[in-house]
Amino acid sequence: MQIKINGEIEKITETNLTITRLLEIKKVESPDLVSVLLNDEIVDRAHYETIRISDNDTVEFLYFMGGGAC
Amino acid sequence: MTDFTNEQLERYSRHILLQDVGVEGQIKLCEAKVLIIGAGGLGAPVALYLAAAGVGTLGILDHDRVEISNLQRQVVHFTKDINVSKVTSAKEKMLAINPDLTVRTYQEMLCADNVRDIIRGYDFIVEGTDNFPTKFLVNDACIMENIPFSHGGILRFTGQTMTVLPGRTACYRCFFRQPPPPDAVPTCSQAGVLGAIAGMLGTIQATETLKFITGVGEPLNGTLLSFDAKNMHFRKVKLQKQGNCPICGESPTITELTDAEQSVCVL
Repeated sequence: MQIKINGEIEKITETNLTITRLLEIKKVESPDLVSVLLNDEIVDRAHYETIRISDNDTVEFLYFMGGGAC
Repeated sequence: MTDFTNEQLERYSRHILLQDVGVEGQIKLCEAKVLIIGAGGLGAPVALYLAAAGVGTLGILDHDRVEISNLQRQVVHFTKDINVSKVTSAKEKMLAINPDLTVRTYQEMLCADNVRDIIRGYDFIVEGTDNFPTKFLVNDACIMENIPFSHGGILRFTGQTMTVLPGRTACYRCFFRQPPPPDAVPTCSQAGVLGAIAGMLGTIQATETLKFITGVGEPLNGTLLSFDAKNMHFRKVKLQKQGNCPICGESPTITELTDAEQSVCVL
């Protein structure tokens, strides 16, 4: 299937693709460090293992950035 | 127009020349009250540019003192300021650029007990703090007090910012529900940051502030702008205000402010 990840179209051969699996495939080290946006909705962390990504979905990984004053 | 002296007309002439700003916009800037939270990497350029722009009342908050390791990026502080409180050091430079300003300093840590009183009365808040509990605290307090603000974060070669109009656009919690586990996310003091990144992001925040005050253009409302300076890749992600957001959603579960365990309120 074809999905858009952070603006780039990518082909994923796996079916039954969960958010957890996509985070693994994309080598995101710790899911604690990202907020996932699926088709413009924030996905609740508790649903990462159950929500399925479908063909033509749009996914954004948003990273925490804590610096500023330091 | 009659309110400006000839010297002020000259000082602000490059703003006044801008069709979108003009005398009217400059008057708005001179009458505006902006609070800068954090006098560090982000707060430094924000303080300098807002002072230069003639933002009439500028508050600056930071509990810390200047250390030599700050000077690689916190351009408002000089070598002579080591051990001086950051707000005192910043105020001196802001007034040296523009003596017309009122600068209020807050040498304290922001916490649940003081944040609402401190931010109340300001038109806009610039958040440039170095820890997540404070970023979430500022978000929540600004939603409760209905004060627009700019969020900013930097790390290594990257930065992110968004502008929040409470009740109208997505807030920081709409994007990031809760602070990550302590120590899960490296901070600049652990992972490092390229000095100029602070300038890149801080000047974006300063620009957003000036845009908000003058009503020019379209601020990054509910839009997270991220960049990676290694390849100069900039990306904007827009998010609608989330109905289930715990602070700005339809039935908020956060109704009062509390301090996260790791941020101790020390005055």
